[in-house]
Amino acid sequence: MSAAKSRAATDARGDGSFLPNLGKRQAYGRRWAAAFAAATIAAVLVLGALVASIVNDAFGLVAMEYTVDPATLAPGGDIEKLSDAELVAALEGNLKSRRLRALGNEKPLAERERADLLALVEDEVIGWEVVETFSLAESLLGRAKVDAFMAAEHPEAKLVFRSWVNARFLGSSQSATAIDAGVRSALIGTLMTILITLATAFPIGIAAAIWLEEYAKDNRWNRFIRVNIYNLAGVPSIIYGMLGLAIFVRALEPITSGAAFGAVADPTGANGRTILSAGLTLALLVLPVIIINAQEAFRAVPRTLRESGYAVGATKWQVVWHHVLPASFDRVLTGAIVAVSRAIGETAPLVVVGASTFLTQDPTSVFSKFTTLPIQIYQWTARPQEDFHNIAAAAILVLLVLMLSLNAFAIILRNRLRAKKRFA
Amino acid sequence: MKRDSATDPFDLAVETGETPWALETKGMSVDYGAFRAVKDLTMGFEKRQVTAIIGPSGCGKSTALRAFNRMNDLIPGCRTEGQVLFHGADVYAPEVDPVRVRRWIGMVFQKPNPFPKSVRENILWGARINGYSGDEEELVEGSLRQAALWDEVKDKLDKSALALSGGQQQRLCIARAVAVKPEILLMDEPTSALDPISTSRIEDLLEELKARYTIIIVTHNMQQAGRVSDRTAFMLLGDLIEYAPTKELFLNPKDERTENYISGRFG
Repeated sequence: MSAAKSRAATDARGDGSFLPNLGKRQAYGRRWAAAFAAATIAAVLVLGALVASIVNDAFGLVAMEYTVDPATLAPGGDIEKLSDAELVAALEGNLKSRRLRALGNEKPLAERERADLLALVEDEVIGWEVVETFSLAESLLGRAKVDAFMAAEHPEAKLVFRSWVNARFLGSSQSATAIDAGVRSALIGTLMTILITLATAFPIGIAAAIWLEEYAKDNRWNRFIRVNIYNLAGVPSIIYGMLGLAIFVRALEPITSGAAFGAVADPTGANGRTILSAGLTLALLVLPVIIINAQEAFRAVPRTLRESGYAVGATKWQVVWHHVLPASFDRVLTGAIVAVSRAIGETAPLVVVGASTFLTQDPTSVFSKFTTLPIQIYQWTARPQEDFHNIAAAAILVLLVLMLSLNAFAIILRNRLRAKKRFA
Repeated sequence: MKRDSATDPFDLAVETGETPWALETKGMSVDYGAFRAVKDLTMGFEKRQVTAIIGPSGCGKSTALRAFNRMNDLIPGCRTEGQVLFHGADVYAPEVDPVRVRRWIGMVFQKPNPFPKSVRENILWGARINGYSGDEEELVEGSLRQAALWDEVKDKLDKSALALSGGQQQRLCIARAVAVKPEILLMDEPTSALDPISTSRIEDLLEELKARYTIIIVTHNMQQAGRVSDRTAFMLLGDLIEYAPTKELFLNPKDERTENYISGRFG
């Protein structure tokens, strides 16, 4: 009875057929808003956990042992302070004569560069060896536990804080020991692969999008093509790997191996598992995405702009070239860069195409054998040794920085083009 | 003037131009898919005159206008039947390139749509793509003067056209249209997005422009048609109901539907 009364009070002019349930409607909306906020928080937490786990592995304490105490070579163990002659003396005093002869045959010690000598002393005389690694969390929060463990297990070892991402890691190639291994070959491989991808997928994708969006008639055949480009964008990447293997590695082997161009010294040993094949395979992978992005960018160009071009007697090509492309290029470019930055992280298709898992040499041309960052990460994570997991985390950081800088580049480029477009 | 093709029917038509009409339609119908937007339109437009087409929303007046310079070709599913004769040459003849048609029959749209370029480039682009080889500065100034815009923009020729006011942008669009030296100007409700002051400036401009161009203007504003036009056509549901000198149509309409519309009983 009182409910009916209050209803009459708030809805005095109504006949009672409308329910003044605003409070309930607002509460309902607030519950949904809370659910959306919770979803966002969950996503942020997961991302935070991802970054934390990578950073946790990429930095931390390392226990190292040596064969020769660096303190006996230089005061305070700082071999950087030694002169070239002293470094040579250290090598001659500590290495076996057979090893010395072998080094001398490669290049006489006296003629070697300082960096080379330093590396030799580090590797062959002192012979650092990682005996234990600790995560960042253990290093920062459980230092007492670490010290106790070290005292019990490795009293001889030296404990140092190590960033696994460092100049040496970026500058050296794959190695059998984690502490010497680096990502240089993989980084160069990734960059070369992605350049090939961009150089092929970008022009082809934009050209196809122009044709589909501006020229193709709206008939059954073209609708079929359009729909299937959308479908192709959803095909699992490993299937593109199979395609790349069949086309680029096998069928086009004379071209992709470089044998047809005389680019390899020994044509019999050449095969199609090259950077060129990898780049072209990734180009196939990103092509549908680039086409779709570009099509949407062209579609977003207002019809009035096209009409104003046609109205002064422009041909279709003049309208496309002078108005549609400049008006949409920022979007086209950003779409393409974002697609390519996703391709950087692709592993599966490159495994199928035949990435090398252990490559100690930098690629020298597009016909070189290749490895890429994700392949390297995959391979290092699969190893049982702890310290390889640390360098895998370090390589992940390098990969993330590479991807983020590409995305940042895309955003900066877009903003520049936009500003230019407005005040041209 | 040098022409790249002496046999082009439109160039010949412009030069000989013996017919009484600048533009004439014969049984022109326009279909959007299964919907017939303009039904069997037969009418002529006098040279160097302003002709207004009025009618309520959806009567097919804009569609008819866009059919005159084959702008409708750009809309998928739009088909045109019948003839549109430009100085006697059929715009829809199979050998005619619509690009050529639009070069002689220019258009100004409802919303000002200058190119996102400088004022100068807005004028010059159309001329350049049509192979203009004369003095560019002269063309810019001449076109802007014809659109009564020169004094306002002569100091900002290299500024973005989008920085101009709405009314200035629309006059720039008129300048852009006249820069390629067309014969006919089609105007599709050119003032409906503008304020009253800008509107009246453009209406004054029409009076000057008709000395050089044949103007066909579509408007849903009857007072505007009364102010600017020499002849007025009234369309309803795709049909041409009445077509007469403007004074006659407004003061003494022959058809009851015209009378109902202009007296404000519907529309």
